[in-house]
Amino acid sequence: MLGSRYARVALFLAAVVAVQLLAHAAEKPFFLTQLTMAAYYTLVAAGLSLLMGYAGQISLGHAAFFAIGGYASGYLTTVDLTARREGPLVAVLARLHVLVPHADLYGGEALSFHPWAAFAVAVVLTLAVAWLIGVPVLKLKGHYLAMATLGFGTIVYSILLASESLGAADGLGSVPPFPLLPGISVGGGRAARVANYYVAWGLVALALLVLSSLVESRVGRALRAIHGAEDAAASMGVDVARYKLKTFVLSAVLAAVGGSFLTHFNAGIGPAEAGVMKSVRYVAIVAVGGMGSLWGTVATSAVLTFLSLRGYFGTLDDAVFGAVLIAVMLFSPDGVLRFDPRGALRTARDRLRGSGVAG
Amino acid sequence: MLRLRNVDAGYGALTVLRRVSLHVNPGEIVTIVGANGAGKTTLLRTVAGLVRARGGELVFAGAAVTRLRTERIVALGCSLVPEGRQVFAPMEVRENLLLGAHVQYARGRKDEVARDLERVYGLFPVLAQRARQLAGTLSGGEQQMLAIGRALMARPKLVMLDEPSMGLAPLVVKDIFGIVKRISEEGTTVLLVEQNARSALQIATRGYVLETGRIVLQGTAEELLSNRDVQRAYLGSDLDAENRVAT
Repeated sequence: MLGSRYARVALFLAAVVAVQLLAHAAEKPFFLTQLTMAAYYTLVAAGLSLLMGYAGQISLGHAAFFAIGGYASGYLTTVDLTARREGPLVAVLARLHVLVPHADLYGGEALSFHPWAAFAVAVVLTLAVAWLIGVPVLKLKGHYLAMATLGFGTIVYSILLASESLGAADGLGSVPPFPLLPGISVGGGRAARVANYYVAWGLVALALLVLSSLVESRVGRALRAIHGAEDAAASMGVDVARYKLKTFVLSAVLAAVGGSFLTHFNAGIGPAEAGVMKSVRYVAIVAVGGMGSLWGTVATSAVLTFLSLRGYFGTLDDAVFGAVLIAVMLFSPDGVLRFDPRGALRTARDRLRGSGVAG
Repeated sequence: MLRLRNVDAGYGALTVLRRVSLHVNPGEIVTIVGANGAGKTTLLRTVAGLVRARGGELVFAGAAVTRLRTERIVALGCSLVPEGRQVFAPMEVRENLLLGAHVQYARGRKDEVARDLERVYGLFPVLAQRARQLAGTLSGGEQQMLAIGRALMARPKLVMLDEPSMGLAPLVVKDIFGIVKRISEEGTTVLLVEQNARSALQIATRGYVLETGRIVLQGTAEELLSNRDVQRAYLGSDLDAENRVAT
């Protein structure tokens, strides 16, 4: 299994390179912009695939974690602390280079958090929020869990929309690029397009490596057992509550990383990123990719998100994802990549007749 | 090994177990017989920590386990083979068995897992043949063997079996009870819940009779097998025939 995992990641990276060369050959380098954005949304889907597909816990609130990551990074790298320069905490942080001076919108100088510091805060904040939400919410199952996470997402959306300091309905703008490594930063316009593309998909590859090694270990076995029957899993000595919580937190942090990077890449973020339809979209992608298929989810996310960002679905954008979700549930509940045409017709017929529970 | 003192348990407004006291000594096979709905499954689920005891106390291997969570109790060495087997159908037979060894990894005894796997395959050769098959495709008897093997992978001191004969053909039931006896001989203590009282008492050292949540009778297996009330209620003796002999 070990060999095949690295082989798969290598294959995945080869596909990433092929797509870049293809875009170059087709003289459509601007495709890379949407592909880069799609990569960051794919991080959310990959984490959600672990939570939904393996551990069997639904979340209709993952857009909120994405937004928390993005807003934390966006806010901390744009907030101006010059006025509080004399305060002891601000002074210490400035000396530690956690706070760095940079040019603000009007050419003056502003003192804000370094993107790395902001990123660290974004991750820790998301971790804490996911933990606090997860402890009570993960005691719920099925529809109740879906509703509770939906409620959480709605609350985050409302808070973002109502917060003047977070730009209310406009969101945050002028977020500086994220200097990831010397010479490579996330964001920074057209010239950095190719580099950004590779950074984004490299991050996805890294996430895939971690997630697939997780699902192929005893942790993955435990998660699938929890998915099957929680009591039976507990009877195996699996700490069900802890595993569910850790998976929830991990998937939330992955979403926040995606949110943080995309905010730097786009130089801004708006409250729509926390919207319920976004959360539904992630769930739809995981369902299409196949519950319990990490690779299927990533492929589906890359394609659907790219098409959506390119505007191919037009005003029907949200409707497409809704329709896709319905179609998958009817015809191929195991996901499109495991599509079996004959079985699908039978399942769909049974379901339409209302006797498809056993399927 | 295991001691219950005045244990009450139930679900919601329903009280199922009323002041149940019993004990299991190391090396014994203790069976609990009783009719449908007497509370046998609830009793095992309470010991396993899947149902909370509302009163009384449970002691396992010298430790108070009344308030412990299931996974802690398993880690202490008390494993349940649940009613209806509950194998993980979409997972391979081998994966099911490795899941059983979950606590072994947590104990840092990972190196023993491979040997335990061989031991289980030795006990149940059919599982070795079907190692890569999905557990959901096994027959009922094979699933029961898998459920028992899975429990053994945790190296339990006490294994609790809930209705292992349920839904199985008589010949298969005989095999299963043979295996239970063998597990006991190899040093694992057994608590066996059965509706099939005769088979259970034939391999047991002692037994308890559970009626509507209370222990109404206890004794050695021979005593219970020869007890007339037990014979009438649980062993299917013909009452009319007895009366004819008596008069």
